[in-house]
Order: sequence, then C-alpha cells, then structure tokens
Amino acid sequence: MTTTHLPASHDGAPLELQERRAPWPLAILLAVAFVLVPWLGDDYWLNAILIPFLVLSLAGLGLNLLTGYTGQTSVGAAGFMAVGAFASYGLLLRVPGLPLPLALAGGGAIAAAVGLVFGIPSNRIKGFYLMVTTLAAQFFLEWVFTKFPWFYNHASSGTISAPRLELFGLDLHAPAGRYLLVLGCVTLLTWVAVNLVRSQIGRNWMAIRDMDTAAAVIGIPVDGYKRLAFAVSSFYLGVAGALWAFAYLGTASAGSFDINRSFQILFIIIIGGMGSIAGNFVGAAFISLLPLLLNQIGQGLLGGNVDAGQLQNLQKIIFGVLIIWFLVKEPEGLIRLLANLGERLKAWPLRF
Amino acid sequence: MSSSLKRKLAVALLALGVHHALPGSALAAPNEQFFPLATYRVGAYASSGIPVWAGMIDYLRYINEVEGGINGVKLVWQECETEWTAEKGIECYERFKNGLDGAPVAVYQPNGAPAAYALADKAAADKIPLITLGYGRTEATDGSVFPYNFPVMLTFYSEASAVIEYIARREGGLDKLKGKKIATVYHDSAYGRETQGPLALLAEKYGFENIQIPVADPGNEQSAQWRQVRQAKPDWVFLRTWGVSTPVAIKTAARFGFPVERIIGDIWASSDEDVLPTGPAGKGYLALTPYPGGADFEIHKKIKEHILDKGKSDLKDPKSFGSVYYNSGLVNAAIAVEAIRAGQARFGKRPLDGDESRWGLEHLDIDDARLKAIGFHGLMQPLRLSCSDHEGGGAAKVQQWDGSSWKLITDWVQADRQTLRPLIEAKSGVYAKEKGIAPRDCRADG
Repeated sequence: MTTTHLPASHDGAPLELQERRAPWPLAILLAVAFVLVPWLGDDYWLNAILIPFLVLSLAGLGLNLLTGYTGQTSVGAAGFMAVGAFASYGLLLRVPGLPLPLALAGGGAIAAAVGLVFGIPSNRIKGFYLMVTTLAAQFFLEWVFTKFPWFYNHASSGTISAPRLELFGLDLHAPAGRYLLVLGCVTLLTWVAVNLVRSQIGRNWMAIRDMDTAAAVIGIPVDGYKRLAFAVSSFYLGVAGALWAFAYLGTASAGSFDINRSFQILFIIIIGGMGSIAGNFVGAAFISLLPLLLNQIGQGLLGGNVDAGQLQNLQKIIFGVLIIWFLVKEPEGLIRLLANLGERLKAWPLRF
Repeated sequence: MSSSLKRKLAVALLALGVHHALPGSALAAPNEQFFPLATYRVGAYASSGIPVWAGMIDYLRYINEVEGGINGVKLVWQECETEWTAEKGIECYERFKNGLDGAPVAVYQPNGAPAAYALADKAAADKIPLITLGYGRTEATDGSVFPYNFPVMLTFYSEASAVIEYIARREGGLDKLKGKKIATVYHDSAYGRETQGPLALLAEKYGFENIQIPVADPGNEQSAQWRQVRQAKPDWVFLRTWGVSTPVAIKTAARFGFPVERIIGDIWASSDEDVLPTGPAGKGYLALTPYPGGADFEIHKKIKEHILDKGKSDLKDPKSFGSVYYNSGLVNAAIAVEAIRAGQARFGKRPLDGDESRWGLEHLDIDDARLKAIGFHGLMQPLRLSCSDHEGGGAAKVQQWDGSSWKLITDWVQADRQTLRPLIEAKSGVYAKEKGIAPRDCRADG
C-alpha cells in the first residue's frame, strides 16, 4: 500500500479525508431483507422472485468484476456457473459429511481454477478475440456436463438435483431457509467485492481496463491481474451457479446454463451499469422482475380478451423497447440513471 | 446522498411489495376446480405447443359446457407463459399453486422437461401431483419414492421397449431379433440419452446389436451420422430426435438411400410438424405415439359438434384439428379430468386439493369401457395406476405417414415393463439415497 502523506496535523483538522456516517439506510435494508422479508414473504415472492433475483445479481457481480472492472469481455459466464453447480453437487455427493458452506466454496474454488485456465488466452488476445475464446469455454463446458455421466452421478436424464440443504443442523429446505442461504451468500460476497474493488487489486484492475499499456508502464503485472480477474469472477459465478441449481431450481442440467444464460448475465451488467456493484442488483431486477411485472399487468388488463400468444409477444416487444429506451437515455446503465435522478431530487424543485 | 436515497426508495418499494404479497382474506370457496395451464406460446417450441393448448382448452370447455363440469364442479383455467424454461415454469407454478380465487389446484402439468425436473421436489413439498405424459423422470414410475410425480402412459424406457416389441413383431418374433442390427440415432441431450440404459439391457436379453449414433444439437446437418448409418447397415433405425433434427434426419436418410419405412420415430418425432417439411422423402416414415393423430375418434365428433362448429374452439388453424399435438392436449386434459373424477368418488363431489387428487391418480383405472364412455377409445390406452406404479399403460401405437396424413398400422404395442422395472428401481433407489427419502410402504396404502 502506498502511504498518503497528509500535512502535519493541526489542532482540530480532520484526519479522515471522508466524513464517516453511520450507514443507516444499508442497515435498514439488510434488516428488512434478513428479518422482515422471510417473515412476511410468501412462497411466490421468495421462490419465484427474490431468490432468482439475488442469484442473478450475484452472477452479474461476478461478471462485472471481470468485464466492468477489468475490461475483459466474456460470454462464457453460464459455463462457469455450470462448473460451480456440478462441482458443488459432486463434492456434496462424494465427500460425506461436508458442510454446505464448504461445498459452495469448493464449487466456487473449482470454478475459479477452471476460470484461471480459460483466462490464459487473455495474456495474448483482447477485445472481440478474447470474447470468442470465452464463447468456446461456454460450449466446451456445456458439452462436458452432457457428455460425461460421472458429473451427474449417472442419472438417466442428465440432471443433478439439490441434495439436503442443511446448515449447522438447520434444515434450509423451506423457501425462507433457501432465501436466507442465498441472501447470506450474496451479502457476504458483495461485501468482499466492495472491498476488493477499493483495494489495490481493484485499482489495478481498473487501470488495466482503462488502458493496459499504461498500466504495464507503471509497473502493474497485467497478465497476472487479468488471470486473477478471471479466477475471482469465476469463483463468484461458480457460487451463483451452485445457488441457482440448489436454492432456486432444485435441479439443474447442462441446459440450465446455456448460452442464453450467459447473454442474460451480460445484459444484466450492461443494463445495470458496468463497473458498478449496485448496478448488478438494479440490472438483475430489470431483467428478471420486469417481465414478470409486464406479465401480471398484461394478464390483469387484457387476459382472456386478447389471444394469449399475441399477449406474450406484446410483452416481449414492450420489454425490448424499454431496454432500448433506457440504453439510449443512459448508456452507462440504470445505476447512472438512478444516480442522476437522485442528484436532481436533491436540488428539487430547482433545476440544474 | 444519492445512494442513500436510492436505498430508501428500494426499502419503500420492497415494503410495498411485501405488503401486496400478504394473503387476502379468504373468500367463500366456490364450487370450482382450478386448472392451471403452463403453456408456451412464444419461444422455440411455440409451434408445437399451440395445438396442444387448443386441445386441452377445447376439452375443458367441452366438459364445462356439455357435461356441466366434473360431477357439477366447474373447471376454471388460466394460462401462464413458461417459454419451455425451468425458471418461468417455477414462476408459473408458484403463482398458481394456491389456486385461483378460492378454486384449488388438483393436478399440475408442467408441460416441459426442465420445469418438470425443477418442480419435482417443490410439488412434493406442496403435495400437488405433477402429471408428465411422455416426458419427465422415468424413475418417478416408482411411486413409493416419488409420491407426487406421475410420468403416465409412456416413459422413455417403455418407449424403447415398445420399439423393440414392434420390430420383433415385424421380424416374426422376439427370437428373430438375434443378430439383427438396430441403430438409435439420438439427439445428444439428456432426453436423447435416456433410452441407452434400457436398449443396452434389451440388446443383451434378445441378442440384437445395439448401435448408438448421437446428433449434436440442433441437428440441422446430419451427413456424418447417416454415412455412419449406411456403413453399419442396420435393419432398423430408431429415431430419437426432436425439433428441426427430425425432418433433417428423414431427408438425409433419403439422400443416403436408407429406406424410410425402416425408420421408427419416437414420441417427440411423431407429429405432423415433423414430417410435413420432408415432402415426398417422408412418405412411409413410421412413428411411435401414445396419442395417435386423426379426427375420427368419438371425442372429436363431440368436440366438433359442441365446440368447433359453435366457434368456441381455441384452435386458430382448423387444419390442426386431429393433429398429433392437438390430440395430445385432449389426452392430457382427459387424464387430469378422470383423476379428479376418481378422487371425487372417494372424497365427495366437490373441488379437490392436491393430496386428494393424488389419491385419485393412484386409484385411477380407465378401462376399455370407460374409454368408450368418454369417447377416447382408440385414442388413449387403458390406464391403471397404483401407489407403486405411476406409469400405468406403457403402450404405444405405430403410425405411418402417407404423405399427407398419419395412418395407424398397429393396435397398442405393449412394452415389456417387467424386464425394465429393476432398472427403474435401481435409479429411484439411488435418488432416495441421495435425498434421504424413506420410500413409503405401498402395501399399506391399499
């Protein structure tokens, strides 16, 4: 760490450069998420809305570390999710008595190792060419988990299913339990990510993103940090994949992690905001919740009067138009849009 | 400041959402049974789905309007788009599982393999039976481990066995299979691989040569596979493709000179949509199906009279009336209706909940007389389920494409289910062990 040379302290001069405030809004949000929601939320909200939203946010976070912070475009996100899911499943199945957190972390670690391997080409190639190698990773990994029955314990249908979800003897199988498991993982990993991007590692990543030649000139080992970004990103994606399979779907096959999932996660970070932690949550909410909202509205307003197929297509059209509109309005993502809105509200009713 | 504001907004939104989610006061229960329809009208498989939903809705409408409901209990239904995915399938299930305006859910049809797998545990926890006709977990046939899963009529295992039985019939007996070559050209996915286990077992038992040739998804180029077929010179080809890979397979086979009359398509390669694009190459193609095409069955006359001719049908294209997929919708709906009826016989003529209709399904006995009464004779096989057997039938008919329509060329070809049962029990045993499920005792359940 570099040391900051502050001017010699005078009496009464603040030593901290930034005012520290108690993070009350965050505390309230967490209290609501951890206490109020599992207490009040019904199965539909937990199973169908909040759990997938949180897992997709985590996956977006993983990809954002690689793409948004380090500037390495990847369309293989779902492949690494698959590694995490199948690895966690294999660990729980073949290592008796392994506690769930270790299995998730183990799945993440194996995904990180795989990510490290697929990150090697980033030494030499960048941009679109690197994107194509991650595409290869996506198809290769999907193929591996279809081809070799060992990965899915020789099940006739090629699917893995969630093992017993237990933590310290507590059964997490009820929706509230699975929700808390996901929320706990997401909170912990988000906290780690926030600190990671503020640390030297994060600053190095951003330096590489902004201009890798310049980063190399000031002495950052560019190749190593790129590979590290691949590994850390894959760790996050691996944990997200395991949660997707166990806590959300309850089952998974290679098909659950196809190229469409990769695109979905890429859209989350593009729409939410590249290089932003909170942007992942906003993007995931947009991608996963808005279609549901449109569907409910469509069903409520027009259900029964309009041909059901047309209604579905109409929702797709509205969703697509909204994506384009938001991106035209603010290419830096929804998080930037919200930030601008907040600034304006602060000065309201005056204009700036 | 802006970020704190955002968070406040988020909290407020969340609180609103949670408030909205609180269950409203229970209304007086109406005398209605909710029939959730998890459909796919958009996405890659929409074209096959649309006639299925038409079949289902037409039958439900027929039951309501002509028969006055099931013993007076009217059916209400609502659609939810799944796009054939697991995620949307879960969302629909969670939306529907508590019923609609007080009308309870009796049975749930996930209509899509990914959703069926994802819902298996959830439905068991909620005590709602899942009916999966022609797809879903084969090992769920063992109802002692899977009390709420019903892969009725024809699992992939039975399908493999039925094909072998049919080939034996053509060859002149099971003993004539010895030394024959049977190639399976399959879609390289979980679905395509599912018949490998049973075919290996049957090959060992009957002494035929079992050749497995995978087609990678999506399968729109199959020269390599059919060159392989030509080299192997099999006596029969069992075609387990789906979607675009089926017409491509038939056309490529013709190009390589493999006789189309020796290709037997499986349940997902047996629809009109599979053969129409093949033109003359598909003439003579055989396919196996538990719900044959045709509009001459008794039920079609009734539906035509009461629904179609009165303009109440959900069918957009009247030409699809009697197509394989439309008929599959009829059969799916009929099984659910008959299960509710069986449950009502015990629990009273009122809307049933999931557990009561599970009882109904496990005591479902649709014999020939019953099939004639409901107009499904010939379209649907006799079906008898029990606690330990959630499949029931295990038979299929073989139909042949004559260039413009399907012609049935056999009666029901029965699978040899006894031979395959140990395979199923081994798989369900593995599942029970993995999940820590204690199989229930089916003798106690009567």
